Amino acid sequence: MQLTVWTYEGPPHIGAMRIATAMEGLHYVLHAPQGDTYADLLFTMIERRAKRPPVTYTTFEARDLGSDTAEIFKSAARGAYERFQPQAMIVGASCTAELIQDDPGGLTKALDLPIPVIALELPSYSKKENWGASETFYRLVRGLATEQPKGAPNRLTRPICNVLGPTALGFRHRDDVREITGLLFQLGIDVNVVAPLGATPHDLTRLPAADFNVSLYPEIADVAVRFLEKEFGQPYTKTIPIGVGATNDFIIEVCGLAGIEVPDLSAFASNMPWWSRSVDSNYLTGKRVFIFGDGTHALAAARVASDELAFTVVGLGCYNREFARPVREAATELGLEALITDDYLEVEAAIERLQPELILGTQMERHIAKRLGIPCAVISAPVHVQDFPARYAPQMGFEGANVLFDTWVHPLIMGLEEHLLGMFREDFEFNDTAGASHLGGHGAADKLSDLASVAAEGGEGVAAVLHWAPEAENELKKIPFFVRGKARRNTEAFARDKHLETITLETLYDAKASYGR
Amino acid sequence: MTQLIPPLATKALSDCAAPPARVVLRERGQREVFCGLTSIMWLHRKMQDAFFLIVGSRTCAHLMQSAAGVMIFAEPRFATAIIEERDLAGMADINEELNKTVARLLERRPEIKLLFLVGSCPSEVIKLDLGRAAERLSMTYTPRVRILNYSGSGIETTFTQGEDACLTAMVPEMPASDAAGLVVVGALADVVEDQFSRIFEALGIGPVHFLPSRKAGMQVPVGSNTKFLLAQPWLRDTARALEARGAVHLPALFPLGAEGTTAWLKAAADAFGVPEERFNAVTEMPRARATRALGRYADTLASKSLFCFPDSQLEIPLARFLSRELGMTLTEVGTPYLHAGHMADELALLPQDVRLSEGQDVDLQLDRCREVRPDITLCGMGLANPLEDEGLTTKWSIELVFTPIQGYEQCGDLAELFARPLIRRTRLAV
Repeated sequence: MQLTVWTYEGPPHIGAMRIATAMEGLHYVLHAPQGDTYADLLFTMIERRAKRPPVTYTTFEARDLGSDTAEIFKSAARGAYERFQPQAMIVGASCTAELIQDDPGGLTKALDLPIPVIALELPSYSKKENWGASETFYRLVRGLATEQPKGAPNRLTRPICNVLGPTALGFRHRDDVREITGLLFQLGIDVNVVAPLGATPHDLTRLPAADFNVSLYPEIADVAVRFLEKEFGQPYTKTIPIGVGATNDFIIEVCGLAGIEVPDLSAFASNMPWWSRSVDSNYLTGKRVFIFGDGTHALAAARVASDELAFTVVGLGCYNREFARPVREAATELGLEALITDDYLEVEAAIERLQPELILGTQMERHIAKRLGIPCAVISAPVHVQDFPARYAPQMGFEGANVLFDTWVHPLIMGLEEHLLGMFREDFEFNDTAGASHLGGHGAADKLSDLASVAAEGGEGVAAVLHWAPEAENELKKIPFFVRGKARRNTEAFARDKHLETITLETLYDAKASYGR
Repeated sequence: MTQLIPPLATKALSDCAAPPARVVLRERGQREVFCGLTSIMWLHRKMQDAFFLIVGSRTCAHLMQSAAGVMIFAEPRFATAIIEERDLAGMADINEELNKTVARLLERRPEIKLLFLVGSCPSEVIKLDLGRAAERLSMTYTPRVRILNYSGSGIETTFTQGEDACLTAMVPEMPASDAAGLVVVGALADVVEDQFSRIFEALGIGPVHFLPSRKAGMQVPVGSNTKFLLAQPWLRDTARALEARGAVHLPALFPLGAEGTTAWLKAAADAFGVPEERFNAVTEMPRARATRALGRYADTLASKSLFCFPDSQLEIPLARFLSRELGMTLTEVGTPYLHAGHMADELALLPQDVRLSEGQDVDLQLDRCREVRPDITLCGMGLANPLEDEGLTTKWSIELVFTPIQGYEQCGDLAELFARPLIRRTRLAV
């Protein structure tokens, strides 16, 4: 039994819904009690989809348990087929229906519908959303893909690939697909099928016609691309094109798979390298950043943060254990211990301890950041309505790199602004209790310092309450508010270390000398 | 177009001759509704020292964080104990796990005075006896924490019925008292509760208690001299439990709109022998304010047609308010459950030609809605954007349970909730 308030992932049938909702001409009949229909609003409200997800729920009630829930399932499946006329159907159970063991697969088979029906076994009490999406996509691919003549029939000269992994409710999947298919086209590679997003069951039968597969989101596509490699001899990409360096690596990888020459990489333009090298970005150097998300996005963010923005990664982790290994390896390379957990309280504790200057995380970390008054940008699912912007905002490819620069840097105080803050901090009109403008200006300034004191007091269990001498306290106020929390925490830790009861002006500067910036 | 029935005309409506029987369309099929767990969304805000521990699955936890976007509360007063595969292996084990989970929770949250163990679909299906678990845990934690249980499962409860189940579980805990008093039953926003308190005080009715109260420590006494008003239409079992404790239900319209609020207050005033003149004197000003506030929306809403999908059981009182006080035309009014007794006064005021439906087969109901093409459709969040995309104007029903809408001072706000989508449609030019 796990005690939880917020979860990074929903149950596995939500993953199956993300596949079904992404596709056209596919219908999902879900054996589920009344109330499980809440899942529709994820798609209609958070993602603002204008269509209901193609899901029919049986919505059985307690009184049905005594009679015949299997009959309810059969009539729902029959009704869904007649009303929606899908090319194919997936059938399965949510957590409660799993317990009553009605066997949706067997029941639908008995209906003898004239379309392919794929039964899903998604164990709700041990697996989660990403696993459910991955398993569903794999089952569909396995059930529908059929041997095809290789290569595109009418454009024999150009290599052709599939782009696999994007789903409904994915973090910027819509825009990543556009960016990457555009890039592939520029390279001279055609796209056979993008799936599951926008694909029909019929499209999935054509997957084996491609020369290779681009696995855009391993969380979703990994099992399917491995199957396609084994069954149809299609190799697949391992590089995730997030950031300039990774996008260059991706180009080299796909050109290799396509058997074409790697073009001059300098011909592809991204503003990001110059934005990072321009003088204002000096203030980014060494900014302490905490990264948490799904494994793929967290790994990519760590590379971009350290290599392309010169941030210092002080924390790295992911919530999906399936991707723990590469995240652990990347953390070790950065001299860190990876945080692998799906308990947001552990993540919050790590952030409080590390006091980063920027958090790159999910919606969960956005809330933690808000509470702690730390700037934050979202890099991964789980998603929020804000993560579906009206504008084109990919994470992948060269335009994606521009987007990363903007969205990660804007929450920070700009370089020039930082100097001005230092210059005018004594100005009577420049009252720092007004809070930082980029954080909404709601007096967030002192949250960090409050937090630092609380954490320091609670953390050590040292009985001694530290006393700040008035002149030291005044001096502390002259330190810009955005580093004041850290200064206070460091000074108090220093004083505790030296068994000092009172923090004087001397203590403050001794501590500063011993900690550096 | 505002039609205000003078307060005296609504007197003793329930004594009137029964209206002609109505035909109610009863459907069973896919129900696009929340389960009872969802009512924790407002219950946990209302009861400030209570905690709701759902014993359920990852789906329950996911519902709670998705349904209302409540993640802004960094640590809310609810959580889910997620049943895992190894818990399903043996029942002895699962009770032990629950003990540990509760111990961990109460250690983290020492300020909690009342803990609800909330049953879910999976806990009901595996027949996990949360009643016994609550008794067992009570022995450990009394008197520091009271531990109660109820089921908010989707197989037994629809959305607001979760509150009914929760309050029903609280009734046996209420201290017995022979003193006369009034209990207002059903969670109301604090601001509304305070307004009603002031009115009851001015009427000389008292003592007045609210169930649920803001603090678990605030005991609500009950006995044969207790009279109670239902502030919400979804409290069938709670009413029954209170009646079993000797309390007397005061049937009335629900306090939506000026007419509903007046009738609701009047039911209490009559039961407590408040003179007519005093009632009129106390309610005159707020009634006039409500009329003025409603007047602002009369032009927007008059003659507009309304279609209600079933959601909270507020649909019938709302339809009554919108048709009688704002002149809207009712097409279909759907409700998850129709409690003929509690709805008697409301139904008497609905036009005869409205189609009433109970339960749902969502695809068939969507077909009817598309055929009617109402000016505004009241529906859940899963349906709203798809209907907007089809050119229909919608109002999300969940807002009605999160927004203060009861009483005189909220009449204008309630009308505005329906006027805004219509106004938006006339203003947008993209």
